[in-house]
Amino acid sequence: MSTLHTVNKSPFERSSFISCLNHVKAGDAVLMIEDAVVAARKGSAFAEIVEKAAKDCTLYVLGPDLAARGMGEDDLIAGIKLVDYGGFVDLAAEHDRTNAWL
Amino acid sequence: MKFGIVVDEGPYTHQASDTAYQFTKAALEKGHEIFRVFFYHDGVNNGTRLTVPPQDERNIQERWTKLAEEHKLDLVVCIAAAQRRGILDENEAKRQGKDANNIAPGFRISGLGQLIEAGIVADRLVVFGD
Amino acid sequence: MAMDEMPDVPDVTKKFLYVNRKAPYGTIYALESLEVVLIGAAFEQDVSLAFLDDGVYQLVDGQDTTGIGMKNFSPTYRALGDYEVTKLYVEKESLEERGLTPDDLMQITYEDEDDDWAEKPSIRIVSRAEMIDIMADQDVILSF
Repeated sequence: MSTLHTVNKSPFERSSFISCLNHVKAGDAVLMIEDAVVAARKGSAFAEIVEKAAKDCTLYVLGPDLAARGMGEDDLIAGIKLVDYGGFVDLAAEHDRTNAWL
Repeated sequence: MKFGIVVDEGPYTHQASDTAYQFTKAALEKGHEIFRVFFYHDGVNNGTRLTVPPQDERNIQERWTKLAEEHKLDLVVCIAAAQRRGILDENEAKRQGKDANNIAPGFRISGLGQLIEAGIVADRLVVFGD
Repeated sequence: MAMDEMPDVPDVTKKFLYVNRKAPYGTIYALESLEVVLIGAAFEQDVSLAFLDDGVYQLVDGQDTTGIGMKNFSPTYRALGDYEVTKLYVEKESLEERGLTPDDLMQITYEDEDDDWAEKPSIRIVSRAEMIDIMADQDVILSF
């Protein structure tokens, strides 16, 4: 029994990303979409927190949103997985519920 | 698998409706069923047929309408949220004494019970918002 | 919504959690979340409400909206017991981070039909760890 958490806001703008990471269970997945993709970039002020979270749960980033913001796979913190919209659908189906951190 | 989709923000200001659309499209392409797309809060504004975006931009409402036509999607606009924000169908316009309606083809106005029903019937409910 | 508009839904009971993370009045989410809860109550599902982050402000006592010209909808939370919505989980850490204590919250009670209609508090203060388990125990999570 696991949850797909979605976050769509930058941690520089909102507390939702950090709040989400504070409420994940081992085995859950966190998918960064829309402006939340900025949290996936290596070297950011949040990178350490993200790396720590990656030990308990699987982190994903939505590729089209990453590309739209001028980033690619090489910019990602190690361990973060790239998915497209089809991958987003698969994640929602594979987990028992979704929790949107709006 | 049966998905329920919730769109909580209007078109253009937030990306929520775009992401919901891309997700819905991808789910259909993978052979999943979309039980319903429910528009709530400012999301009801996706259902007006009176938007006129620039020619070279996506038309968010028409895109939903077209997807609904192709896949017989049930696009439901919450009545309480719609009344607050001026989204009316013919019946509602008449009932409220308004001189026009603006609901787009493929969308229908109904109660919040439709959202709860989507939660009960769908295997997964996915929420897109601000 | 009139009862004749109620959709004919399958006879299953799911666990619904309404997650409230935003303060009232600055945006409409808290009010429209409450409207979903009230309508949803008619469907006889297993309903819980979670209040965390700024959402805890939705339950703070003494809300006075006369100066902002908006309707104070906080009394509606007190009526939730009449709709058999009796589980309002408030995260302790979220209160503490904001300098709030449980005493700052409204008194919200329900009458327990399984216990000779004894009046019981609807607000349950839970730790973040407990909130994680509550969230992980749901079928449907609606966030506002």
